[in-house]
Amino acid sequence: MKKLLLLLAMAVMVIGLVAGCGKSADNGGDKKSGTIGFSVSTLNNPFFVTMKEGVEAQAKALGLKVKIVDAQNDPAKQANDISDLLESGVSVLIINPVDSAAISTSVEAANAKNIPVITVDRSADKGKVVAHIASDNVKGGEMAAQLIVEKVGKAAKVAEIEGIPGASATRERGQGFHNVADKDLTVVAKQSADFDRTKGLNVATNILQANPDVQAIFAHNDEMALGAIQAAKSAGKTIFIVGFDGTADADKAVKDGTLAATIAQQPDQMGKIAIDTAQKVIKGEAVEAKIPVDLKVVKK
Amino acid sequence: MDSKALQYIKKLGPLIGLILLFIIISVMNDSFLEFSNLRNLLRQVSINAIIAFGMTFVILTGGIDLSVGSILALSSAVMANLIVTGTDPVLAIVLAAGAGLVLGGINGLVITYGRVAPFIATLATMTIYRGATLVFTDGNPISGLTQDPLFHGFGQGDIAGLPVPAITMFLAFIALWFVLSRTSLGRKTYAVGGSEKVSYIAGIKIDRVKIFVYALTGMLCGIAGAIITSRLNSAQPTAGAGYELDAIAAVVLGGTSLAGGRGHIVGTLIGALIIGTLNNGLNILDVSSFYQQVVKGIVILLAVLADRKKA
Repeated sequence: MKKLLLLLAMAVMVIGLVAGCGKSADNGGDKKSGTIGFSVSTLNNPFFVTMKEGVEAQAKALGLKVKIVDAQNDPAKQANDISDLLESGVSVLIINPVDSAAISTSVEAANAKNIPVITVDRSADKGKVVAHIASDNVKGGEMAAQLIVEKVGKAAKVAEIEGIPGASATRERGQGFHNVADKDLTVVAKQSADFDRTKGLNVATNILQANPDVQAIFAHNDEMALGAIQAAKSAGKTIFIVGFDGTADADKAVKDGTLAATIAQQPDQMGKIAIDTAQKVIKGEAVEAKIPVDLKVVKK
Repeated sequence: MDSKALQYIKKLGPLIGLILLFIIISVMNDSFLEFSNLRNLLRQVSINAIIAFGMTFVILTGGIDLSVGSILALSSAVMANLIVTGTDPVLAIVLAAGAGLVLGGINGLVITYGRVAPFIATLATMTIYRGATLVFTDGNPISGLTQDPLFHGFGQGDIAGLPVPAITMFLAFIALWFVLSRTSLGRKTYAVGGSEKVSYIAGIKIDRVKIFVYALTGMLCGIAGAIITSRLNSAQPTAGAGYELDAIAAVVLGGTSLAGGRGHIVGTLIGALIIGTLNNGLNILDVSSFYQQVVKGIVILLAVLADRKKA
């Protein structure tokens, strides 16, 4: 029995220690305004880790206090996290939703408490959001098509590998791509591979089988582009492949020369802009409802 | 010391842990003990607690149920689909519990008539039910449910200042506490976990007891799924992933032995409160989420070590 109590006491002390060492002495004064709450969808993905680092760096630069909670990709945990943030008295809430539908009730809860909400990367279906910050996917699609026109030539035969049908990223990247491609390129094939590398490999293999004269491939994300590289390799063809996102694997493939280019998102910029926007909201300044974040072409 | 007094002391360990946690967190941040945060805490605890109550019965029989999160997701998807196709939301909640009951019952049948070890059987159904959820929903969340206030209230509402999910949790707790401590079914649950051989000789229909505990757990998962569906106003195909671990942790933290036959649902409620308090408190204290996982793991490990010491 004594041992049991001892163990429990130790457990509690560990918590005290961890809670204590991470924090400065200002915990008592959390109710004061000016604190920003940031709920991130997951920190098990480099993209969102970079976004979090962007948030932290900019908050530090501006001298703002930010509380960060990690939903671990569970929408129910995100709802809990956000109610915790609202309880601890934040002035602005930055949310990177796990799911656009499921986040709505949390946004509405913040609305009910008059806490302004900013969404990053993924939007909220319902509830009032003062600003939504996301990559300019339409422009990114256009950049991909222009790059192909530039490097492969006008009226080049190109295949498009789409993401999950209906997803906003699929729609917007496809729309941007076709804005340019419908005029200046010949799109000979268009199929979905659900943003998945293996499916990208299979779909690209089928496309190359049916259209052996394809010169370029645009994939809606890097994973599918990396799958397409394998397909081209197996078919013994050299194809100009462009991906989207700028993941670490894709960067490496660009350096190796297997991937022609990737349209890189800038999660650190998203985080930085989110904090800038939050600061404006705290000061009572007006902010744009939709804030596009620039993309950049990564090529050798 | 007579056995009853001993049982009370065993219950005391987790409670002392919970009280210490409360004291430490509230000393470090005064917003923790505010009434609105305690309400918030109860709402958050309720889903894990409801699942863990069922898990207590299963573990008392010496079994384990890994499929709870998948049952939750599948019954949540079934429920959302019923609502979207025009079923009355209250009826849909009842049907979600029914769907959970059936799925849990299947676990019980596989374990008893199929003679499959509970770990393997529920590991298989965990995958099957999750896959079925993805097939059923096509991998997409089901949203745009209903504006029905009764449906919204089930996950988001308050009655007399108490969150509805917490009220559901307390009602389930009282009913299950009664079953476990005051009925022959409860005694049989302990007996099966204590020794199947002795139970068999005593004339207990072991298979029936086992099917009951898995079906009960399934039903509770269905109810928890209904709460999540209401809370998020949508059914998520990935909902409940990893919830089996939180439920098992709550049971173990509450002092129930994984070997079966020993423990109580009172401890499970406290165990669930400890986990919920850790989640909520560490968020309020603004502890990095990486440390949070380390702390939770250490607390669970210590509880299991304490369980060993008692055995």
